[in-house]
Amino acid sequence: MDLTLRIWRQASADAKGKFVNYQVKGISEEASFLEMLDVLNESLVMKNEEPVAFDHDCREGICGACSLYINGRPHGPDKGITTCQMHMRNFKNGETIVIEPWRAKPFPVIKDLMVDRSAFDEIIQAGGFISVRTGGIPDANAIPIPKLNADLAMDAAACIGCGACVAACKNASAMLFVAAKVSQFALLPQGRLEASERVRNMVGKMDELGFGNCTNTYACEAECPKEISVTHIARMNREYLVAKVTAPKE
Amino acid sequence: MGKTLQYSSITKKIIMSLAGLFLTSFLVVHLIINLLILFDDSRELFNQAAHFMATNPLIQIFQWVLFAGFIIHIIFGVVLQIQNWLARPVRYEKKGSSEQSYFSKFMIHTGAIVLIFLVIHFVNFFVKAKFGHIESISYASGTYEDLGWLIVELFKDGAYVVFYVVAILLLGFHLDHGFQSAFQSLGLQHSRYTPFIKLAGTLFSALITLGFIAIPLVIYFS
Repeated sequence: MDLTLRIWRQASADAKGKFVNYQVKGISEEASFLEMLDVLNESLVMKNEEPVAFDHDCREGICGACSLYINGRPHGPDKGITTCQMHMRNFKNGETIVIEPWRAKPFPVIKDLMVDRSAFDEIIQAGGFISVRTGGIPDANAIPIPKLNADLAMDAAACIGCGACVAACKNASAMLFVAAKVSQFALLPQGRLEASERVRNMVGKMDELGFGNCTNTYACEAECPKEISVTHIARMNREYLVAKVTAPKE
Repeated sequence: MGKTLQYSSITKKIIMSLAGLFLTSFLVVHLIINLLILFDDSRELFNQAAHFMATNPLIQIFQWVLFAGFIIHIIFGVVLQIQNWLARPVRYEKKGSSEQSYFSKFMIHTGAIVLIFLVIHFVNFFVKAKFGHIESISYASGTYEDLGWLIVELFKDGAYVVFYVVAILLLGFHLDHGFQSAFQSLGLQHSRYTPFIKLAGTLFSALITLGFIAIPLVIYFS
């Protein structure tokens, strides 16, 4: 299939970017979206032009490195998968595909389609962990956990931190990401110890970094490659409300 | 205002949802009283109710709580929206449309038009009723200011009726998202009850909208 690609090109973080149109020909329907971009980049290198920079790593849909806002949708038109797992059969021959980087104030463009997502790392550092003693390996089943909680925590933990929720949100809100990270611990006894501090610190960091607020539009859930549910956002709101109300006076 | 900005995003949303639900309860009372005007041509029932609302000391105190509710809802709504706009300084060329609650995208717009409506409404009715002179009308039950007459006269104006109907429709869209959204913001989400809350919110918004719209239409066409 032959395609027109309309790609955001930006030489560096400070440079002014613009859209550039490229033609690619003879792309297989079985090719993945990133393979299609590889083909484009090879042709650019052959012409001594700068290849398009984009994030990718495992190409198996589990690392959360790939991104791309394709035709108005994070990770493209297919549901519940990342860009690297999305195939060209989702497009029609002769189609124009608009490819943009994630757009959010806390996700500045580094180059072309690559954005700096270290804001997510900062949120995790603010409380997305549990404190454990080092030493011998604890028995895996020492602490009983209800099946429902184990399942819900696992669903939340499926979040790969790609940032599609932020990209999809009309407010560039990180609520779905933060909610998944708060929920995976809030649901388990190991996470309860630091639950109150965690939710307050992570939400505080999220706000400080300049992410938007949640309007309960739920575009995040629709676009999440791991189909994280917005019910986790409700859980975080609940956790936060209780944590704030019951926190000791400073 | 500085304090408002210091509240976390979730705290702001919680305050927003509580104020919103409170204002919604006010709409119910307002609609019930308004509907009384359709029941008798002499407007006795309506004028009696309006007289009660204007003179009852408890309602007079509660009126200030209501004003506070409006002001909080408006200020927090504007602050949240400004923060949301600032969170994406560079817009997408191709806008997304993956939303699962359509009207959530236009809360600031529907809200702004409802606010304009509110100001005009306030000048037309509240200020006139409170500070202006309204003719009295006597019934067997007593003598009241004929506020009902003011309404009937206003709704004879076709342009005003159109404006009123459009504003109420937008209010309905605002409510449709706002009602169920408030529960999510408060963390009140449950697989068993949330579908009911969403349905109840939509039905409630439709009833409120139809109720308010019916009054000017019935008066205009009769």
